[in-house]
Amino acid sequence: MSGVPIGIVRFPGTNCDQDVFDAVAAIDGARPVWLWHKETALGGVRGIVLAGGFAYGDYLRAGAIARFSPIMDRVIAFARSGGPVLGICNGFQILTEAGLLPGALMRNAGLSFVCREQWLRVDSTDTPFTRHFRPRQLVRFPVAHGEGNYVADDETLDRLEGEGRVVFRYVDEAGEATPLANPNGSARNIAGIADERGNVVGLMPHPDRAMSLLVGSQDGREVFRGLLEAAA
Amino acid sequence: MTARVEVFVQLKDGMLDPQGKTLEHALEALGYSGVENVRVGKWITFAVEGGCREEIAGRVDEMCRRLLANTVIERFTYKLLEDGE
Repeated sequence: MSGVPIGIVRFPGTNCDQDVFDAVAAIDGARPVWLWHKETALGGVRGIVLAGGFAYGDYLRAGAIARFSPIMDRVIAFARSGGPVLGICNGFQILTEAGLLPGALMRNAGLSFVCREQWLRVDSTDTPFTRHFRPRQLVRFPVAHGEGNYVADDETLDRLEGEGRVVFRYVDEAGEATPLANPNGSARNIAGIADERGNVVGLMPHPDRAMSLLVGSQDGREVFRGLLEAAA
Repeated sequence: MTARVEVFVQLKDGMLDPQGKTLEHALEALGYSGVENVRVGKWITFAVEGGCREEIAGRVDEMCRRLLANTVIERFTYKLLEDGE
């Protein structure tokens, strides 16, 4: 199989790995490659996705144990060297625990697991994963999580906003970031953020589950297309 | 020396604690009135060997910062108990 190798990290308890594999495989020119969490080399992959699930059963805190897996040292080095890294759902939680993204994800404010279609507004197109969207474009990805309440201190939130690093925001159909549109109580309706250089992005919603109109949305394709281009 | 360690991890004050809130409602439903500000934390115990109390305390502090607590949202305290205590 030819194509640009994109690594998909599997921890014990990752459960969206196949969705991400299929999403990457659906993009012409990309080749999904499994990366087991115990590996200590990336095998030449040019982009990395941390998929959703419950790595290590979310023991202690979501992402807390996964963050110390052998593969994560390589992922962190890859990210710091500018390689594109996307963390989806549990993958976002792992990126914050690893210190690659600021803040933390807490239990949903509404006391319940949320699983629904969600409108998002693309508030930064300045990342590899969002460059194919228009500024403030509305997209629809499903959310499915119990711990997606993004928190950070005000200084961090102001910095993220000021530097254009809030990438996705929970909004209603009209594109307004209202409390009702916020599924989990996240500060300032934040659904996804980027690191300083933009090559590392984490988000709670699932672009990997928005790859076909058969399931209601194919907005996720642009995310993976952008990943491929950054990796190529 | 060997020390028994007790680590307590709690969400920082002001952080919403949905688990605590749920318990508060459940206690109310059971008829316990006047219960306020229920918070759910973690209590982690282990034994650890080290040269002296200060050295062990330093290591436990590091363990808490690196893994046992996420200091973005949580605070921690710990107790060292010498064997036999």
